Amino acid sequence: MPLIQVSRLSKQYAVAERRPGFWGALAGLVRRRTRLVQALDEISFSIEPGELVGYIGPNGAGKSTTVKILAGILVPTSGEVTVAGRVPWRERIAHVATIGVVFGQRTQLWWDLPVIESFELLRDIYRVSPAEYRRTLDELIAIMDLKDLLDTPVRQLSLGQRMRCDVAAALLHRPAVLFLDEPTIGLDAVAKLATRELVKRLNREQGMTVILTTHDMDDIESLCTRVIMIDEGRILLDGDLDQLRRAATTERRLVIILADEATWIEVPKATVIHRQGARLTLRFDPATVSAASLIADITGRYAIRDLYVEHPPIEEIVARLYQGRTP
Amino acid sequence: MKPYLAVLNARARVLLQYRTAAMAGVATQIFWGWIRVSVFTAFYASGSAAPPLSLADTVTYLWLTQALLVLLPMRVDGEVQAMVRDGTVAYELVRPADLYWYWFTRQLAARSVPTMLRASTLVLPAMLLFDMGLPAGLAAAGWFLLGLAGALLLSSAFSTLMAITLLWTVSGEGIARLMALVGQFLSGSYIPVLLFPAWSQAALAALPFRGIMDTPFRLYLGNLSGMAAAGALLHQVLWTLALIAAGRALLSRGLSRLVVQGG
Repeated sequence: MPLIQVSRLSKQYAVAERRPGFWGALAGLVRRRTRLVQALDEISFSIEPGELVGYIGPNGAGKSTTVKILAGILVPTSGEVTVAGRVPWRERIAHVATIGVVFGQRTQLWWDLPVIESFELLRDIYRVSPAEYRRTLDELIAIMDLKDLLDTPVRQLSLGQRMRCDVAAALLHRPAVLFLDEPTIGLDAVAKLATRELVKRLNREQGMTVILTTHDMDDIESLCTRVIMIDEGRILLDGDLDQLRRAATTERRLVIILADEATWIEVPKATVIHRQGARLTLRFDPATVSAASLIADITGRYAIRDLYVEHPPIEEIVARLYQGRTP
Repeated sequence: MKPYLAVLNARARVLLQYRTAAMAGVATQIFWGWIRVSVFTAFYASGSAAPPLSLADTVTYLWLTQALLVLLPMRVDGEVQAMVRDGTVAYELVRPADLYWYWFTRQLAARSVPTMLRASTLVLPAMLLFDMGLPAGLAAAGWFLLGLAGALLLSSAFSTLMAITLLWTVSGEGIARLMALVGQFLSGSYIPVLLFPAWSQAALAALPFRGIMDTPFRLYLGNLSGMAAAGALLHQVLWTLALIAAGRALLSRGLSRLVVQGG
């Protein structure tokens, strides 16, 4: 049975519109003009236990709205949702006890208190027994390398350290699902890698179901087995990374390092899209020319030091899908 | 109960970090209190009719308002305000706790800790140097403690309601200004309620504000005792229950129309 079941979920917001100028403001006092914004338009999907799903889309696509509905914070306009058998906004308290949430740009830790005190507070709020808490905390300390951070006041932590603590804080009550809303936003390269590693381990080793919204395509590429792409409140794509790539383009890239920088290259059925010194990037379509025959052709005619075939970067694919959206 | 006690405890510890601010506040309040006592003394010296409250009692009353001023909810909880503004309030909603009691507990801490810090440092100098009197007797002291507890709950129910209005107003600035002015005036913290004109007494007695300041002070002075004291406590309890009911109703409306900002 799916852990999360979403069907025909819609959410509208009424946004107050302000008319320009003094008289506009005055008229607004008497009668407010509102505009309906369709944040989600009948989306449906389901998620099995143990999946690690990337939920992506441009700004304002409806990602956070979905997460907030799944977390029981927002009430949808229509549609049905169950998470572990419960309707989040109807049984909010029972529901939130079984989920963990991390909002990347915000912290749930108490700014002025040492990390451990926030953890103890959460332990009491979630009614975790002392023995259970001890066990979970020890595990989290080991997985996330928190030992030296626990006694530090939250305001003195770096963003990366804080993110580790925030993720740990969301896991103290052993939730069945973890929602991560842009967990790597603002982090430096090392902290990003560490956070990804952490999420990966939680998913692989603990079987934690994770739903991750992000703008960072490296997050998706290194973590997610499944991607749901949403735009303007509708699902554009739901599948694995290969499907994501195929939806945008079938093209591949061939990168060659020439033995001699000065060589001019011309290959039928492939286009040079980038050249930097001896390094060239060619674009080709595997449907018209196979990678093997292309390579044979090139190595037969030119002196090559090195070469490899790759996918177009996921960034480009996603950008292409965003641009190709229906108006 | 445990989750709420934990919040109370954590909040209290955070607030206790602001001891220096409390000390500075006490110095200001002693100075201000001294001015107010001088003004009232001058009034009494020139008055002709017999006042409803003796000068000695008035002076004690004034010092009590100085000591317990922060019991009045004159500000919207800054933390809730910041959370509503930047959307961190979302975290409050993913806690397995009844949000009303969760916020009520926050307010209880926010009202009680600063009040205790200030009152405990102000009372001694006020008694030794500025003629503040002791409770009228052992019974009065007992009534006073009950009245103080009632005032604390009433005030917390008020501030919780104010915090909930943030779901609509976001800034809460207007509500705070209004409460600061109306609340201080009608609770007796500018002028003891007994010194208001006779025609206004019934209305003032019915309104909730006197329950936060005037009621415990009159219990302290022995001005209310027996049935009158019990009635005053009942007034506090009824208003507290009414404000809790209003707060809960408003909160559940607010949550169903909530738009969490950002992200």
